[in-house]
Amino acid sequence: MKNNFYKRHLAAARAAFPLTVPVLAGYTFLGLSYGVLMASRGFSPLITMLASISIYGGSIQYALVGLLTGAFSPIETFILAFVIDARHIFYGISMLDKYKGMGLKKLYLIFAMTDETFSVNYIAEPPKEIDRGLFYTYISFFDHSYWVTFSTLGCLFGSLIPTDIKGFDFAMTALFVVILLEQLLEGVKNLPSVLIGVGGSALALLVFGGGDFLIPAMVLMLLLLAVFKKPIDSLHDRAEEEGRK
Amino acid sequence: MSGFEIIVTIALAAIGTAATRYLPFIVFNSNKPTPKYLVYLGKALPPAVFGMLVVYCLKALSFTDVSGYLPELLAIALTVGVHLAFRRMLVSVAAGMAAYILLVNFIFI
Repeated sequence: MKNNFYKRHLAAARAAFPLTVPVLAGYTFLGLSYGVLMASRGFSPLITMLASISIYGGSIQYALVGLLTGAFSPIETFILAFVIDARHIFYGISMLDKYKGMGLKKLYLIFAMTDETFSVNYIAEPPKEIDRGLFYTYISFFDHSYWVTFSTLGCLFGSLIPTDIKGFDFAMTALFVVILLEQLLEGVKNLPSVLIGVGGSALALLVFGGGDFLIPAMVLMLLLLAVFKKPIDSLHDRAEEEGRK
Repeated sequence: MSGFEIIVTIALAAIGTAATRYLPFIVFNSNKPTPKYLVYLGKALPPAVFGMLVVYCLKALSFTDVSGYLPELLAIALTVGVHLAFRRMLVSVAAGMAAYILLVNFIFI
């Protein structure tokens, strides 16, 4: 029985690990830079580790560096975190079905839903013999541990880390590009959504600038998806019919 | 800020972030059948979200100078080409990242 338990976990962890390698590349760089920044503002590795374990979100943790060095403003902190990470609401909507029936693991799966972990878990399907819940939990846990490990290391050894080679964070861009491409390869049914996502976000970026375009982009995407519901629905229905044939 | 205030600030940022992640699961309780419009969003939203994430990663592009956009465009083109050829996520990401690192460190300095 106990042997079986280890086997199930080991099998799930083994299947999960390769999928987390692109995130490992990205989080190594992003985590180290975050740690270096925290150290440069006088924060201890312990505080850095605490933030990375409990918040686990790159964009808000970066924004928080400024807040932590300013005056104590609890309500603004909460609102800022909610606004900066509002895009996660879309991830939850996308994962409602996939995370159904996963029991207590679901609580952690939702907690650990960063941009990267959501993306990988959304497209990843475990092999048949692997426990689905464990598989997604291991992907989430590996990603989380990379972030915590490298942000803490960055804070500990900040000054020793060479910073003259840049560009490692492109692992994240490439990861999202690949996943977007996979959506297109899945069939023409995803094309309108991809155009709405890219076009709506690009338009919002042009109008509002890099600092605060995400929420306008989300609103615009929801509006466009509502306007084009009929044609998009019929594309999905047709794809389903063809899948059944 | 005192040590206590730092801890409270981190805790509130953690709660704010967690709220965005848990909200849909709290609002749309999975024991009831999922509302129709949400079923539609579940299918139509994810491809749009990945489009948004790509734009989000490229938000700092600038078109005043070739070094502000060409490395990204070239590396993305390579990522797409490699992925179409091999369809292996790891290989495509590694190729794109390697190309980008070479481009920004040695060519477009």
